[in-house]
This record gives sequence, structure tokens and C-alpha cells, in this order.
Amino acid sequence: MLEAVIISSAKILLLVVAVLTGCAYSTYMERKVVARLQHRMGPTYAGPYGLLQPLADAVKLIFKEDIVPSRVERVIFALAPVISFVPALLTFVVVPFGPEIELFGHTIQMVGTDLNIGILFVFAVTSLGVYGIVLAGWSSGSKYSLMGGIRSSAQMISYEIGYGLSIIGVILVANTLSLRELVDQQASFGSWMIWRQPVGFLLYLTCAIAETNRAPFDMPEAESELVGGYHTEYSSMRFAMFFMGEYANMLAVSAIGATLFFGGWHGPILPPVVWLVLKVVAFMFFFIWLRATFPRFRYDQLMNFGWKVLFPLALLNTMVTAALVML
Amino acid sequence: MKELLKTIGHVVFKMPVGFVVTIKHLFKKPVTRDYPKHKMPMSPRYRGRHYLERYDDGTERCVCCGLCAAACPADAIYMEPEESDKGERRAQLYEINLLRCIFCGFCEEACPEEAIFLGQEYEFSDDNRNSFLWTKEDMLVPHPRQDNPFKRIIRRVRKVYGIPDKTK
Repeated sequence: MLEAVIISSAKILLLVVAVLTGCAYSTYMERKVVARLQHRMGPTYAGPYGLLQPLADAVKLIFKEDIVPSRVERVIFALAPVISFVPALLTFVVVPFGPEIELFGHTIQMVGTDLNIGILFVFAVTSLGVYGIVLAGWSSGSKYSLMGGIRSSAQMISYEIGYGLSIIGVILVANTLSLRELVDQQASFGSWMIWRQPVGFLLYLTCAIAETNRAPFDMPEAESELVGGYHTEYSSMRFAMFFMGEYANMLAVSAIGATLFFGGWHGPILPPVVWLVLKVVAFMFFFIWLRATFPRFRYDQLMNFGWKVLFPLALLNTMVTAALVML
Repeated sequence: MKELLKTIGHVVFKMPVGFVVTIKHLFKKPVTRDYPKHKMPMSPRYRGRHYLERYDDGTERCVCCGLCAAACPADAIYMEPEESDKGERRAQLYEINLLRCIFCGFCEEACPEEAIFLGQEYEFSDDNRNSFLWTKEDMLVPHPRQDNPFKRIIRRVRKVYGIPDKTK
């Protein structure tokens, strides 16, 4: 019993530290890559190649004044950043990052917890994050925030269905909901799920970008229209929580994408964790690349896209997959 | 259905084109100049901070005639004259307000003694207004002129061994 508690605590601590560091350095990566795509240099001053920039940012944000406007709903205002941040962290609990290992006579599974309904858990939890944004927008008592919150909820309604349906194909093919078993099925390069579910992968990718409020679906934030969207009224560490939540979400979506479609931690030569990290980094690079390439969708375009394209396509994909599996 | 096909067409045929355009730029060199570390070469005709020149023996060229102050469109120059030990006229007080100065170079053109020059330096930010009121002491070129240490050593060697300087 005690051993189980210690092992779990160690794993959770490791995961939290890894994810927070990952968040910090994905901001660095984003700034560097976007800068290079625009012929700029990005951060160069803090440390060699600006590598300490995330640290400097953190220190700056901690020492910023925490402003609470007088017209906010105080309790919800304080709660919203937490609601948007915690689910993003929770997702990592079910992402497997290596095979079972023997350590001091114990068999340790390299996964936070091996839920038999892992995928369901992931999708339940990531959807919760939107509440943080909606509540932040509503409780701020500012029109920009409210607009951001409303857009976010509309976006969620349009995308959640496509998001959910996009992986039904994967589940049908794999015949399991456990992420560990899913990864075990994709041991070799040829058995990666993306070869069997290419349309499902594209749908997942699109919906994942919308889910994480990334460009070109970053309407809840939309700096040019809504100042900052739902986090207009937030400052200091509360703002940092939203920021970290967004990046943690991106990492989560990348990790789940890598696990579902790209064989998770499987890969030759390098250790399993490194392979997972590499795949996540590849995803992150794609997100950044996308942001530097395409402009923001308009509100109605997004709704049209969600309902008239993604939803039917996801349904079609599910039906075809089901038929093929039945045969 | 029409919309669906159209969107799929866009995704398949048009989006990759956009991606290729941006990824090409990833491999180009940044156009940014890392300013305080790498400075742009200045034009030789650039008009930066002011210098007050001296004669070779170290006496100031400026005779405090006031022509520069008269030529100054921004009214940035103020001066008061005095008499030196040799009985020559020179500036007792010579001030240029760099916050007023527009670096037009008219003072340089007006000066009959070729005493005032605009140099190449352009970095004079400070945190209080008073430090922009430059006086004669701030602008006079040092005497003897500070060359690089290498040249100074050569000059010393020339002097000690009596080697004539061909450049003079």
C-alpha cells in the first residue's frame, strides 16, 4: 500500500515537473520558431541563445501586480485560471511514456495511471478546460472578456463533436480504450494508427487546434479584435496560469496525438521517453508553423467549418471504418 | 456537400502551398541587427554629438563669436565670453541643450574658426533632463588627442629614438 503511494507520488511529481518545464520551454520554442519564420531572431539575451528566457518571464510575472478589477465576480474570477490549467495537467496522467520497468524489485508501469477508459478520460478532462475560459470571460465584467468567453463556448460546441468522433475510428480499429494497449498495438512503424486512420488523424489535428485555441482558431483570444479575449482583465500569476494552461493543453493534445496515431513511445535506438518527447515536439512545431502560416478564421466561417465540414466528415469516417471493421 | 468538397479541395491543394511558403523562410537568415552588440556602420556625413575642436597646442578654437548660436534654428546654444591669460577671447560658458538640438549641422557651417563639429556618436540617452545640457567640458576634444594605445607607443618610440614622423 505504502509502496504504491510512494510510486504514484513519485510519478505524479515527475509528470508535473516535466509538464511545467515543457510549458515554459514550449513558449521559448514558439517565440524562437515564429521569429525565425518571420526573419527575426527571437529571445537572445537571457542566457546562451536566450535559453533562460522562460525563467526570466516567470520571475517577471510573479513580481507583477495582481490587479483585480472592482466589477468582477471575485470567487469565480479567482477560480477560472485554475479550472483552465488543472485539466490540462490531468491529461498527462494517462499518457504512457515507456514500457514496464523493474526497479528495486517492483514492476513499475511508465504511465501515471493505466485507466482502462483512458481516451474517455482524456476527452472528458480536456473539455473541462473550456469552462475556465467561459467562466473567466463571464466573471471579468468586461465586454472583451465576455465576447472571448462566448466565442470560446460557441467554438467548443462546434468542435467537441468532431473531436469526439474523430477518434471513434481509432477506437474501432484498436478495439480498446486504454492508451497503454493502444500504444502496444503500434509497436512497429508500419502499425502506426495514422496509416489506418489518415482522415481520422487530420480531423483530430484540426479539432485539437480548435480545442487548444490555437491560431487559426484563436478567436477567444483574438488580440486584434478583443484586446486579449477572456484574459483581458487578468494580470500577474493569474494570467500566467491561463498562459501555462494553454501551452499545457497544446502539449497534452500533442502527447495524445502522438499516442493515438504515431505509436507513442515506440521507436528505435533512443529511450522511449525521448521518442515521446520528439513526437510531441514535432506536433508543437507543426502548431507553431500553422500559426505563422494562416490568418484567423472569422466567427461564422468557424461555425460553418465545424458543422458543415468536420462533423459530416467525422461521421463518414466513423461509418466507413465501422463497415471495414465489420467486414 | 458542395461546401464539404470545396473545403477538402482547399485542404489538399491550397494549404500545402501556404505551408511551403512559410517553411522556406525558416531557412533564411534573420534580417535583424542585434543592435547594441552589432552596430550599423554610420555614414561619414552622419551628424551626431557635438565636438569642440582645439588647436594643436591645446588652446580652444572657439572664440565665442556667437555665430553658431545665431545660426541655430532650435535656439539650443548659449554662450558667455571671457578673456584668457594671453588676452584672447574665448568661451567662459558654452552650453548646448541636446534636447533642443535638431542636429541640423548649421552651427558647424556657421563657425568661422572650424571649432564645432558634429561627430558620429548618437547614443546619449539618460534618465534626467539636466544631463542633456552639455557644457564646454563635455564637448571639448581631449588634449592630447586620445589615439589607440598602439599609436601612442609608436609615438613614444619615435620620440626616444629620434625617428622622424613622415605623416606630419
